Amino acid sequence: MANVTLKNVRKSYGAVEVIKGVDLDIRHGEFCVFVGPSGCGKSTLLRMISGLEEISGGDIAIGGQVVNDVAAADRGLAMVFQSYALYPHMSVRQNLTFGLENISTPKAEIARKVEEVSRMLQIDALLDRRPKDLSGGQRQRVAIGRAVVREPRVFLFDEPLSNLDAELRVDMRGEIAALHRRLGNTMIYVTHDQVEAMTMADKIAVLRAGRIEQFGRPLDLYNRPANIFVAGFIGSPKMNFIAGEIDAQDPGLLRLGSGETVQLPRSGFGQRRGMKVTIGVRPTHLRPEAGGAISIDVDSVEQLGGESYIYGRTSGGAPITVHSPGQTEVRPGSGIALNIPTAALHLFDTETGVSLRLEEEAEAELESA
Amino acid sequence: MGKVLGFLTRTRGRGGRLHWTDWASYAYLGLGVALMFGPVVWLLLSSFKTEAELARFPPRLLPHAQEMMTLPGHDDPLPMFVVTDGPLAGEQVAQVRRIGLASQVVRPEAPDEIIKIDISQREPVEEIRFAWENYTGLFGEFDFMRYLWNSTFITLTATAIMLLVNAMAAFALSKYRFRGRGVVLALVIGVLMIPQTVVLVPLFLIVSKLGMYNSLWGVIIPGAATPTGVFLLRQYMLTIPDEILDAARMDKASEWKIFWRIVLPLSAPALAVLAILAIMWRWNDFLWPLIVLSENRNFTLQLALNTFQGQLSTDWSSLLAMTVVTLLPIACVFMFLQKYIATGIASTGGK
Repeated sequence: MANVTLKNVRKSYGAVEVIKGVDLDIRHGEFCVFVGPSGCGKSTLLRMISGLEEISGGDIAIGGQVVNDVAAADRGLAMVFQSYALYPHMSVRQNLTFGLENISTPKAEIARKVEEVSRMLQIDALLDRRPKDLSGGQRQRVAIGRAVVREPRVFLFDEPLSNLDAELRVDMRGEIAALHRRLGNTMIYVTHDQVEAMTMADKIAVLRAGRIEQFGRPLDLYNRPANIFVAGFIGSPKMNFIAGEIDAQDPGLLRLGSGETVQLPRSGFGQRRGMKVTIGVRPTHLRPEAGGAISIDVDSVEQLGGESYIYGRTSGGAPITVHSPGQTEVRPGSGIALNIPTAALHLFDTETGVSLRLEEEAEAELESA
Repeated sequence: MGKVLGFLTRTRGRGGRLHWTDWASYAYLGLGVALMFGPVVWLLLSSFKTEAELARFPPRLLPHAQEMMTLPGHDDPLPMFVVTDGPLAGEQVAQVRRIGLASQVVRPEAPDEIIKIDISQREPVEEIRFAWENYTGLFGEFDFMRYLWNSTFITLTATAIMLLVNAMAAFALSKYRFRGRGVVLALVIGVLMIPQTVVLVPLFLIVSKLGMYNSLWGVIIPGAATPTGVFLLRQYMLTIPDEILDAARMDKASEWKIFWRIVLPLSAPALAVLAILAIMWRWNDFLWPLIVLSENRNFTLQLALNTFQGQLSTDWSSLLAMTVVTLLPIACVFMFLQKYIATGIASTGGK
């Protein structure tokens, strides 16, 4: 079994703390994606798990065994790097065999493994070429092959697709997912692209500034984001946010700065009278409708044929994106009213950014316990 | 080959007509060739001249020597002259001996019949002849092979040791983060600014205390670590991505293996440049071997060259021949590897 468990893992460079206490439990066979904006520490965290970077505090356990002081090579991991990091002076075959030779694998077995892996990844015709004679996608396959051939317990991917063009990226995404289904190993995958995260992951860890903001299944993150950051990061196009204040008398009424009001469900959120909150609603849930709750001035319209995007702003100045299926009659410069379905609303505490729904759930859990 | 020729003979003017810039380029390049190659060609031609020809004024371009002829009744070959005046005018004669202003000659048809003519009435018959004896002499009375061996041994060993030591230092300075790395690097670069002549005496004292005086190792070891080499290699190794090293670490390669199997092969262009520079430095080095090596049997070629030049007389013909032989290996190295030298100089801005 290859569970990867992180307990209060920390990393600092001098006085600067880049990983500020990460707890994570990745179960055997899971495809876990670390996602976050650049500089959030996701690659550092991956390198700490790999052993290439020392940890400043906490424990990392793989398969139940704490590996804090185990060298990178002895942790039973394999890593695919962003730049592929193939050995440029070696042929593809030598790239694949280098690691096996280092652990004194018998020659016959090396040959067997190389053949197996190269056939699986369709690089068997390239074995005698040098990396510089390969295309980006082929290099990526070789890099993955180099990881696979060593039969590690856990695979680590560090933004492996970011150097590929868009089309190839989609293909490789599918291939890596297929590889995971086939091998069934634990995989940890770092990316800044939330689409990659959503499409590939069993579990996503959203990181920001060295902390995990939320860890869970992709749709859980999408449907029940823990805070404004996760809500804004997961989902494309971004969730719309409008700031407002709960009515002093009626906790089911939200007053926006522009004087418009939005009906909230009376229960289900931990809102309080007079509280400053931010509502979040995804572009797909907004519907242009005469007499809708809020009105926006349309700045631009993107017609994609099958779907349309309307970009505008509220009278309070908050940018709003509306996703509308099919083609739309709305023209830039016009004003439209939008209906906000209560069920699709997210509500966040403006001060802390925390989702009020989760707070409510936590309270409910406490009560039931 | 056709491509090379096509490249070399490209002109700006089309269809056989030369643009004026073509003329200017060729003139400029021609001047460069004359300046660069003139002395070398002169040296080469002079090395084939006899001592007498070397002393001749005005000098001639090609090596000439007087024609000699062996005639019956005379043991040694006799120098040939052509008579310019008198009853024998126009005939070729062989000079048996010269007495004062008179010359005793014989005609080749009648080698026994001695004729006296005035020396102003004859001119030497000369032909173009290469004095190979200048070269063959080096291998005979002169222990050329020993000096060649000394030079080769010093050059190759010193270069190999230097590449290894410098590459290891450069690897550590470019790829490891450790306390004091900046200081070490600053020291290395600082040492670049100290001329070798300044440290000559202390270096000599160290070498002699270590018992390496008058041994080839005394020449090899002090040159093993050069700041230029460390700096050059470090700059190059900085360009090797760390991810490749990380990948090797994940592949369970030891640090030595990473150095030997990954970093060294990837630094090959820089190593080649440094190797060429090192070979040239060691091969041409004169001052340091002169100080360390005292016995004739340990001399390098450069030192041996020096022995031809005495206080009172200089054996020019041997000296020139030896100079040519000494130049050959380095010229070969340069010819085959000049591509690397150019890139090396371009990439380091070094010497």
